[in-house]
Amino acid sequence: MATQVVMPKLSPTMEEGQLSRWLKKEGDKVSAGEPLAEIDTDKATMEAQALASGVLRKIFVEAGSTVPLGEVIAVIAEADEDISEIVARAQSGKTGAENKKSIEENVEAGQDGAQQELATVVPEGARTQATIQEQPLAGDAGEDGSSKSSDEAVQASSGGRQLPAPPPPTVNQQPPTNGDGAPDGRVIISPLAARMAAEANINLQTLRGSGPGGRIVKRDIEAVMSAGGANQPQSQSPQAQQQQQPSPVEAPPQAPAQQSQVQGAAAYREVPVSEMRRTIARRLATSLGPVPHFFLTTEIDMDKATEMRRSINDLDPELKVSINDFIIKVTAAALSQHPQVNASYNDKTIRYYDGVDIGVAVALEGGLITPIVRGTDKKSVGQIAREVRELAERARNRQLRPEEYMGATFSISNLGMFGIDEFTAIINPPEAAILAVGQAKAMAVVRDGEIVVKQIMRVTLSCDHRIVDGATGAKFLQTFKKLLENPLYLLA
Amino acid sequence: MAVITMREALNQAMREEMQRDGNIFLMGEEVAAYQGAYKVSKGLLEEFGDKRVIDSPITELGFAGLGVGAAMAGLRPVIEFMTFNFSILATDQIINSAAKMLYMSGGQFKIPIVFRGPNGSAYQVSSQHSQAMESWYAHFPGLKVVMPSTPADAKGLLKSAIRDDDPVIFLEQERMYGIKGEVPDEEDFTIPLGQADIKREGTDATIVARSLTVPLALKAAEELEKMGVSCEVIDPRTIRPLDIKTIIESVKKTNRVVVAEESHSFCGVGAEISAQIAEQAFDYLDAPVRRISGADAPMPYAKNLEKLALPDVEKIVAAVREVAYLD
Repeated sequence: MATQVVMPKLSPTMEEGQLSRWLKKEGDKVSAGEPLAEIDTDKATMEAQALASGVLRKIFVEAGSTVPLGEVIAVIAEADEDISEIVARAQSGKTGAENKKSIEENVEAGQDGAQQELATVVPEGARTQATIQEQPLAGDAGEDGSSKSSDEAVQASSGGRQLPAPPPPTVNQQPPTNGDGAPDGRVIISPLAARMAAEANINLQTLRGSGPGGRIVKRDIEAVMSAGGANQPQSQSPQAQQQQQPSPVEAPPQAPAQQSQVQGAAAYREVPVSEMRRTIARRLATSLGPVPHFFLTTEIDMDKATEMRRSINDLDPELKVSINDFIIKVTAAALSQHPQVNASYNDKTIRYYDGVDIGVAVALEGGLITPIVRGTDKKSVGQIAREVRELAERARNRQLRPEEYMGATFSISNLGMFGIDEFTAIINPPEAAILAVGQAKAMAVVRDGEIVVKQIMRVTLSCDHRIVDGATGAKFLQTFKKLLENPLYLLA
Repeated sequence: MAVITMREALNQAMREEMQRDGNIFLMGEEVAAYQGAYKVSKGLLEEFGDKRVIDSPITELGFAGLGVGAAMAGLRPVIEFMTFNFSILATDQIINSAAKMLYMSGGQFKIPIVFRGPNGSAYQVSSQHSQAMESWYAHFPGLKVVMPSTPADAKGLLKSAIRDDDPVIFLEQERMYGIKGEVPDEEDFTIPLGQADIKREGTDATIVARSLTVPLALKAAEELEKMGVSCEVIDPRTIRPLDIKTIIESVKKTNRVVVAEESHSFCGVGAEISAQIAEQAFDYLDAPVRRISGADAPMPYAKNLEKLALPDVEKIVAAVREVAYLD
């Protein structure tokens, strides 16, 4: 298939270009990606690269001549191919004007990266070498990297159910162009891909399809999306990729070359909201907005609790009691003494719970869930430890039954294991409060006028002000602090 | 579950229904003394006698018309065509009488009749005896059209067809009488008409196949699995009423469809399915619906040409690869 080489639009203001020097002569073999000629534009001298492999059969424009945008400057074809028709048409001078018009339309329809979006015009069935790339800066090998990473992104996004990747483009493969099916420059796209592109706001003018006749299909849109959304430099045509991938051999990923070309809004990818995430969103949006929160923070001296935990575990290593189990136990004890905090606001009534059912937040892949230790106030630390371990395990395996995570009277969220010192949690309605627990760490504190090192842990209580007033919450925390700093009270 | 042949499954369905309802009778060429050209009516004459298992003369229009009249008079005939190629002679009774009677009598006459027999190609029986007739009968309102692809489906669907109060065209496949499959033992096993069956679940492409092409599609799906393409195989089982919902749901998931059918493509069932997909799931299609149909030519007698004229696993695999943009 013969490929016409046209004078490309190499800058937004370019109307014509001077062919300063041919780097190949008629009869030379050329491979896609090889430099063909140097072109002076109104801004700079740039290298034009071949987009198809074959033989440089005919040069129409001598070095030194200035020709308008879109003018056919050469033909690449097989050595024995009949190119007389193309030659005749090019020499008639009509092609250039048509091409120029299409180039301008393309550029107009495209975006600012006009240097990237180059002439792609195919008069009557013959293919045109669409793109002459701006020569990357010296030492700037990044183009390969960016195209590779885009390919990899497609693969990575595919998961288990993606179709196998199409064979990598080879150098002698003709770039699909609009010419096969749409001489009017119409975008050829599958209905599904069109819908996906519209939803993801992808500019189709910057995209070349990998389907038959250049049809844009689902995988092309997915490639753009996983490469970072619309209007990214990565979303360029297979021509460009073809240039960038002279061989399918894996090159080590390199930094993207043209950082300065990143423009517009940040890229994004959209993934469907999981059922769990939807539930989290729905539940928590009924919390912080409608539920008037306030927050109380205090520091707990954890020395005794730490010591007690160690003693218990020394007695029976099977128990594997954690500090968090202590916190749960102490919370339950404190709630028993402060029923106002173990309650729900129900518009017309306030429900005070007789028992304490504490929900313990467990982080999951893609969400979280709060399995409930029922009757926490009546259980020993050892029982709580066993139960929490078992619930968390089943939560991670998504095996919890609804009654095991719905309907707690109070919740605890502990981010200490992530090195968080303190934070505020959002109440899980209709509960009246939630306790946010930070990490326990050794700190220098003042005791009796002396600086001493203590295990200090910060907790923050988020309260629903409709039922829990500042003083109520503070008194609860006071009890909590007293019990946790002196866990022997649990026996008293 | 017992493993039996398609032939045995059909026989069981008729026997059980005839035992259940004394108004059911079987009529056709060679159905009684010879026990059916394909032995589907084996043992029925012996069990039910010659009032209920009746050998007809070679007069398709005649005995089809007798059947329609009997149905109007309150009986429930099962009319066997030795092959559906011969039903062409009876189309006036089927299309002009059976299909229209309920409507034209203002609901006074229902026609609970089943026309059944082998449909489609066999082994080198040439142009006049190899035709798949489903699009003819599916075309006209008033007829139900059923095409089973497994012994279980054959049994469950034939029993439902016999119990149905509308005329049902029940198309068996001559090449498939001997295939074996598990059939549920339960006494009153039926499959409702108008319910597609997902014969295999998949995510990348949907193959809609019926009758002869179902086993081909399943084989193709196996081969495609090895190529990394996960195919869903849907067997509508009933052409009229067509369970397009199941097909559309699958298309929404896979975005690509191949329809595999033995019949000619022009004005065929595959064409109808393609059109309905375009109407109802256009925005979910990533590729044009591709049909693999019998050749648009009379069936050749020559074995090699006959093979070329029929759908096969390779053709289905190639079509799926095409809609999945793998080639």
